[in-house]
Parts: sequence; structure tokens; C-alpha cells
Amino acid sequence: MSDSKTLIKIQHSLTRRNRAEARFRWYGRIAILIGLMAVALLFIDIVSKGHGAFRATYINLDIRYDADLIGIDNLSDTEQLSAGNWQALPKSALRERFPDVSGRRDKRRLNNLLSNGAGFDLKDRLLASPTLLGKTESVWVLADDDIDTYYKSWLDGNAYEARLTDQQIQWIGELHEKGLIELKFNSNLFNRGDSREPEQAGIRGAVMGSFLTLVMTLMLSFPIGVCAAIYLEEFAPKNRWTDFIEVNINNLAAVPSIIFGLLGLAIFINFFHVPRSVPIVGGLVLTLMTLPTIIITSRAAIKSVPPSIREAALGMGASRYQMVLHHVLPLALPGMLTGAIIGMAQALGETAPLLMIGMVAFIVDIPNGFSDPATVLPVQIFLWADSPERAFVEKTSAAIMVLLSFLIAMNTTAVWLRRRLERRW
Amino acid sequence: MQATHLLFLLIVLGLFSFYVSRGRSLALANPLGGIRNLHSLPSYYGLHAALWCTLPATFLLGIWLIFDEIVINAMVMTDLSPELIPSDNANYNLILNKVSNIANGILPRESQPIGLLDAADNMLSLNVVSQWSITLLIITLAMSGLAWSSHKLKPDFRARPAVERVMQNLLLACACVAIFTTLGIVFSVLFESIQFFRSVPIYDFVFGLEWSPQTAIREDQVGSSGSFGAIPLFVGTLLVSAVAMFIAVPIGLMSAIYLAEYADSKVRTYAKPALEVLAGIPTVVYGFFAALTVAPFLRDLGASVGLTISSESALAAGGVMGIMIIPFISSLADDVITAVPQSMRDGSLAMGATQSETIRKVVIPAALPGIVGGIMLAISRAIGETMIVVMAAGMAAKLTANPLESVTTVTVQIVTLLTGDQEFDSPKTLAAFALGLMLFTVTLLLNIFALHIVKKYREQYE
Repeated sequence: MSDSKTLIKIQHSLTRRNRAEARFRWYGRIAILIGLMAVALLFIDIVSKGHGAFRATYINLDIRYDADLIGIDNLSDTEQLSAGNWQALPKSALRERFPDVSGRRDKRRLNNLLSNGAGFDLKDRLLASPTLLGKTESVWVLADDDIDTYYKSWLDGNAYEARLTDQQIQWIGELHEKGLIELKFNSNLFNRGDSREPEQAGIRGAVMGSFLTLVMTLMLSFPIGVCAAIYLEEFAPKNRWTDFIEVNINNLAAVPSIIFGLLGLAIFINFFHVPRSVPIVGGLVLTLMTLPTIIITSRAAIKSVPPSIREAALGMGASRYQMVLHHVLPLALPGMLTGAIIGMAQALGETAPLLMIGMVAFIVDIPNGFSDPATVLPVQIFLWADSPERAFVEKTSAAIMVLLSFLIAMNTTAVWLRRRLERRW
Repeated sequence: MQATHLLFLLIVLGLFSFYVSRGRSLALANPLGGIRNLHSLPSYYGLHAALWCTLPATFLLGIWLIFDEIVINAMVMTDLSPELIPSDNANYNLILNKVSNIANGILPRESQPIGLLDAADNMLSLNVVSQWSITLLIITLAMSGLAWSSHKLKPDFRARPAVERVMQNLLLACACVAIFTTLGIVFSVLFESIQFFRSVPIYDFVFGLEWSPQTAIREDQVGSSGSFGAIPLFVGTLLVSAVAMFIAVPIGLMSAIYLAEYADSKVRTYAKPALEVLAGIPTVVYGFFAALTVAPFLRDLGASVGLTISSESALAAGGVMGIMIIPFISSLADDVITAVPQSMRDGSLAMGATQSETIRKVVIPAALPGIVGGIMLAISRAIGETMIVVMAAGMAAKLTANPLESVTTVTVQIVTLLTGDQEFDSPKTLAAFALGLMLFTVTLLLNIFALHIVKKYREQYE
């Protein structure tokens, strides 16, 4: 009697417990699903916002390179060239497209269809082939960012009019019917530096800045990190000093990155008078920041070389330095390189410390050396994300896509390197 | 000569000494009957010479690079004609800047006061003197190093141990960079903070309830007296971090448990790296996502159910930060859960417990210290996280515990106070360093404590 009662009790509790078990499993699945959805959502959001920026709106105009209109008479006189009214070229050509537009205000609105850098593009074109002077050719001219935003959204079916007037929208409609306005590959995005005008802004300067800063970081942090790792793994005596170094490295790995910015500002800029905003100081700060990562991964790589190799080398009469340099180091190198790439990926994505050391400046020129003022890709993203123009949202997302593809490439290389070169003992 | 040219010269000299000394050692060895009569391999003699030739000179070059400009500036300013002598610090820097701009040809020489022109000429001539003297000094030093090494070069000279001693010291110096970095951080935040606490009492800073760092530029300006009470910032930081942990801990922990205990190897190989993608995304991307996608979405969502959610709410910033921290917690938890010995699981399962009961009553309690350590590391990351809050949280310091409102954090204030050009003597910029000191201290304590727990835990099962 009592036996069957217990059995029933157990049976009941068993169903309850099994249900709890199933529930618990589902919590786990849901947690992973949320994580994966966050990844997917992030990428979809960025791509859907940014894919448009790879194409820009251009307007077809019949440009007549009229020297009088520009106000020059000699193409080799640089002073004249820089004083010339280049914007008059596309303006007059546009007025010829719409001859019935009159009145000051309407003319100004018509001119607003064009990017205010359009004239300088034509200048470059003319200087590249001076025989064009006095002739007429049909050119695709860059449109203003408001027009660009409107035209893209209008093509997608939900027009975003914003600051455009009905008249301007009508002009765009007319141009579209005649096939004189078109989306073309946005080469400006990859060839230009920063600009206040979204349609003329590009990431070339930021990419170059990132590249220079990373080269500086790699040149400093890889040798120092590898040397430190060799010392700690192979030569350091077990004493308090060594322990202190290890504690320091572990803690530095967890110090907020912005603190390194404060360090850079107070020590490098204020004390050593390194100039602001240059890749040198950015590289120094990022070196200190990535050093713990590189030391820790290099140590793991050295540790994974089996002791038998060391013993064999020592047995053959090598000194400890010869053992390390000729045998341990070559075997540990793939692991160290993986660590270096991961550290560089970390440095490439870092923003906060660079804000402190002046790499947020608005810099139009593309940096060519380690001491040219520069900004880096993540900081450029931050600056553009802060800009009020709607067209910059698209640009920001595009810059993020470029940054992410660099990071993905670096991390894939690191994984590939690890699989390909690392030996299992 | 420029520093880069000098460095290049040193490299060339180093290579030269290497080959010369190696050749000389070979020449010494030949009449004796081969290199086996030398104490060390010939390349060590070469290395010895190269090190002696380049190292002292490089050291000198480094010192010169640091002090050259400082010394020259001081000399120029002491020789300044009396009517231009600056009255205060700001003026000093202004005049110095003018002088160096004239000297470098950035400012045109016309229409400048004669005193400044003299100073600029003085600066130029001092520069020339300094560059020539450093060039001469370095060449002399390099050559005497080479001479010293050649003087010691004999068949029984123990070159290898000598070279290895130098290398050992170089390696040690590299390892000590970590210590110097920590020292640099401590000194840079501490000194500026002490200066700050001279003008603002430390008690007012740590316990003050109002934060408005705008100091008056003119004496009679209204409403910008500047108050530096950091409590609203601390509360804001804690609020954002709490929201982040509220999202990251359950999701991170549950996914770690599922991946470690339930998932088959196929799910593990794909899901784990996919989750870790979240850790590799730069924070500025999260910031953009939070500010332009999540925050407007939450605001509209709130509006549709009648809640006013600020467009810079702590919820948006904290939520996105939580997503960022998920992989951090899950990988740390994964490590400690897999470190729990299988025998403990087997014992529990053998007693008839279901798998989830085993996990909840045996595995998690056993792994708890490690998990707590991981969570503490995650909190320290959340507190120190900058870009997400800079882009998605507010600027105004509000003392509130409502995650739907806009708050500001310690890191946001550090960035806003220090971005752009700043002078170093106003309490406004110094306040950023005081905040940095707080941030560094808190994260350091959290890290040390967490690392200690994790280490203790690891020892327990190893």
C-alpha cells in the first residue's frame, strides 16, 4: 500500500522535475539565441544603414570650360587658379539645363542641387587635361548631400524630403526622367579625407591614420612584448620582483582604456612635449595598452614549447640564450604572431584613449608620415556619428563596415595562422 | 642632424662594428688554428662591439630628444629682451609659441616686434648648436665604444657571457615597462588630482551632490561658479553598469552553462565563436548602435505605452553595454564550469539528480568563486567602458535611480572635460584627472580582488 503511494509521489515529482529540467535547457537555448540575435541584429542594422553610402548621386551637366567664367587667363599661374571661381562652371551649366529659372532665390535653390566641391572636381579635371579649356564636355557632377539623401530614399520608395523645397524635388524629377541624375560608385568615400560636407567626406585620411598608428604600435609593442615574455618565462628568477611584474601585467590588462589616454595626455604630451594628434603619440599610448595582451599570449606560446626541446639544446652545449634564440623562439613564433594580430585588432578598434590625446581634431589632409596630424577610423566614426547631417548616418555605417571588415580579416588571419602553423606536441 | 638621421647613422655604425670585430676575431683565430681557439663564436665578438658602439649612444640620443627642446626653450626665454618678459604662465607659453612659430617660418617675420625676432634667431642658432654638438657627441661615443670593445678583443675574451649579460638586462628592461606603465598611470592621475584637491576640497568632490564643471571665464559671469560634487556621476555610472549586468549576467551565465553542459560539440564549435564576435566589435560601433538604433527604438516603444523614456536613457546605453559584456562573462564562466571535476557531476547524477539539479546544486556552487570573480571583472569593465556611454548616455549630471532617464557617467565627464584643447591649470581639466583617479582606484581594487578569487579557485581544483 504505502509502497505504491511513494511510487505515485515519486512519479509526480519526477514529471515536475523533468519539466524543470526541460525548462532549464530552454533558458540556456534562449540565452544563446539572444546572444546570436544581437550579433545578427547589429550586423543587419549597420549594413542596412550603410550600404547606400557606397554609391553617390551625380548630375549630368554639359560643362563649358570658359576661362572668362572662371576668371583666369593662364593655367600655369597657381595664384590665379586658387582664386578662380570654379563653382561658376557647374552653376552656369546647370542654369542652361533649366533656362526658365529666374530670380535670385530660385537660382540659389537651383545651385543648391550641386555639391559645393563640384567646381574643384572640375578644376582637377581641367588641370589633368588642359586642352579642355574653351571646350564643352558632358560630365557627371557630384550632387549635394541633401539631394543624395532624397534621391536614394525616393528610389527606395519612401522619399525623405527634409530641407528640400517642392521646386527642387520637381527639378530632380525632371532630371530623373531625362536620365541626367544617377547613382554611381562613390569613389570619394575611399579617396578623400574628412570634410564638413557629407558628400565630399571620405575615410582615406582616417584609414591612413589608423595604418600609421598601428605600424607604430606594432613596431614598439611586438619587440617589447616578446622580450618581456621571454624574460618572464625563461630567465626570471622566482622572487618578489618577478611576482610584482606579473601582477602589474595582469592588472594593466584590465585597466579601462580611457586611463591610458590620461597617461598619454599627462606624460607624453604634457611632460615629454610630444605633439598632439600625431600617430607617434597614438602609437605610444596603444603600445602601452596592447602590451599586456601581447605579453600574455607570447608567454602562453613559449610555455607550449615542450621542455624536451630545451633540454636537447642545452645537452648539445648551447647556452641558455642560444637555446632560446635558436630553438624556443622559432617554435613559439606562430603563437606570438597570433597574439600580436589579436593585439593589433584590439588597438585598431580602440577609440577612448585617442580622444584624450587630440586625435579627434578635424583633419582634412591625408597624413603621410608619423608626425602628420591624423585621426583614426574609430575616431572618425565617432565624429561622424556626432554630426547632425542625416547623410552622415549613412557614411558612419559605411565606415563601420570598413572597420569591421578590417577586423574580421585580421581575426581570420589569426585563427588561420593558429590552425596552420601551430604545432601540437 | 635630425634624430631619425642620427638613429640611421647609429645602425650603420653598429653594422660596421659588427663586421669589423667579427673579422678581427677571425683574423686572430687563424694563426692559432681555427675558431675553436677563441672563447666564443666570432659573431659574439661582433655583437659585443656592436652593442658597445650603439647602446650608450642610443641612450644619449634618447635623453637629448627629451631635454633638447625644454633646455632650448628655457634659454631662449631667459635671454628675452626685458620689455617682453611674460607676467604669468599663460603669457609665457603664448610668447614661446610665437617665438617658435617665427623660427619655424609659420608666422611671417614682417611686422613682428624686434625682440621676438631676436628670440627666434636665438632659438634657431641654439638649435643648430645643439644638433651639431649631439651629432659630434654621438659619433665620439659610438667610436669610443667600438675602441673599448676592440681593446678587449683577445682570443680568451669571454664575449658570449658579456653579450648575454647585456641581453639579460635588455629583456629585464622590457619586462619592467609594465611596472613603469603602472607607475606612469599612478603619477599622472595622482599629481593632477592633488593639484585639483588644492582648489576643490576632497570632501566636496567625493560627497558633493552637484556636478557642473563650467567655471567662470569672467569674474562677473552668472551661473557658472563650477561645482564638483561627483556623487551624481558615481550614481549614473552605477546605474548604467547595473543595467548592463542585469542583462549580461543571466544571458552570459546561461549560455555558458548550456554550452559547457548540454550542447553537443557541433553547436559548441559554431555558437561559441559566433558569440565571441560580440567581444571583437569595437565599442564605438556599439555606441553608434545604441545611440542611433536602440535609443530611438526604446523611446518610441515607451511613447507607445505611455512612458517617457529619454532619448539618452541609461537603459539604452546599459542594455547595449550588457550585450557587449555577454561574451566576457560567458567565456570566463565557461572556463570555471569546465574546470569543475567530472567526478562531482558523476556523484550527483548517480544519486538520481537530473542534469539541471546537478548543475544548480553541485556544479554552480563549486564554480561560484570563479563565477563571482568573472562577474567582478565584468563590472570593472562596465564601469570603465567609455565610448558607448559617451555616444548614448547624456551629459547632464542628474541624481536619479530611474533607468529611463538620462544620466551621465565618470567616463563621459572625463572625455567631455578633456576633449579638444585645454589648459592645464583650470580645475575643470584637473577634475578629469581626479575622476580618472577614482576610476583607476575602483577598477584596480575590483581587478585585484577578482583575480585573487579566480586564482584561489583554480588552485583548488588543479
